[in-house]
Amino acid sequence: MAHGAAADPRPDPARGGWRREIDLPSERGASRLVMDELLEQLGLHGWEASDIFGIHLAVEEAIVNAIVHGNKLDPAKTVRVSCVVSPDLARIEITDAGSGFDPASVPDCTREERLEVPSGRGVMLMRSFMTRIEYNARGNSVLLERRRKPHEG
Amino acid sequence: MTDHRRINASKVGEVTVVKFVDKKIIDEASIQELGAELFGLVEQLNRRSILLDFADVEFLSSAALGKLITLDRKVKSAKGRLKMCNIRPEILEVFQITKLNKVFDIRAEESEAIAAFQ
Repeated sequence: MAHGAAADPRPDPARGGWRREIDLPSERGASRLVMDELLEQLGLHGWEASDIFGIHLAVEEAIVNAIVHGNKLDPAKTVRVSCVVSPDLARIEITDAGSGFDPASVPDCTREERLEVPSGRGVMLMRSFMTRIEYNARGNSVLLERRRKPHEG
Repeated sequence: MTDHRRINASKVGEVTVVKFVDKKIIDEASIQELGAELFGLVEQLNRRSILLDFADVEFLSSAALGKLITLDRKVKSAKGRLKMCNIRPEILEVFQITKLNKVFDIRAEESEAIAAFQ
């Protein structure tokens, strides 16, 4: 084959699926402006409830971080959320207008001495429930990706 | 009677059994309210044996986890006991990932949890 498309097993989101881009206000609870639709689309694309739970949690944590820590609830700033959902891929990119942070600076919340600290679990949950999570160099944008195994038969 | 908006608290013997009003514990304002109501059980109502029944809870965010951790600390420092039960597998996984299953006393069912207070 001239194009060698089979060499890359990853689905190309440009070929289809659901896409949505939205700017959220920097207000607590703003995630619901995109979340209901995202969860509905995951269901429509055949994702299982346990997968949807994990994606929901990761995206919720990322949006809260962007609004509260990134934009510091500044009403002049927005959070951009870009979603792609297909039967095999969920990709959500969340970008705030803050100065960014170093994800490596977040202490390990599972260390004995930090187990009872009430905050700082969001990033760990994002890492656990997504297949891939990447911050940009500035640290104000996070890409969350979850891939599903291809259907058998 | 204490007016609660986020929880329903009842008594089974000496144990205060708490059920959650919200299926999804996400909204920041609701979580603040939830925390205040849970802490009030210990600090105002002097409850010392508290069981959180998660049967109706489908989702909770890390901000809600923070309230549970703070409640656990308050109960422990009041020499009380806090237990949790009926946690669905997805939420149990959250507790396992964050290793909070080592901090919290988690039981499968309500009857087992109540028996464990005796």
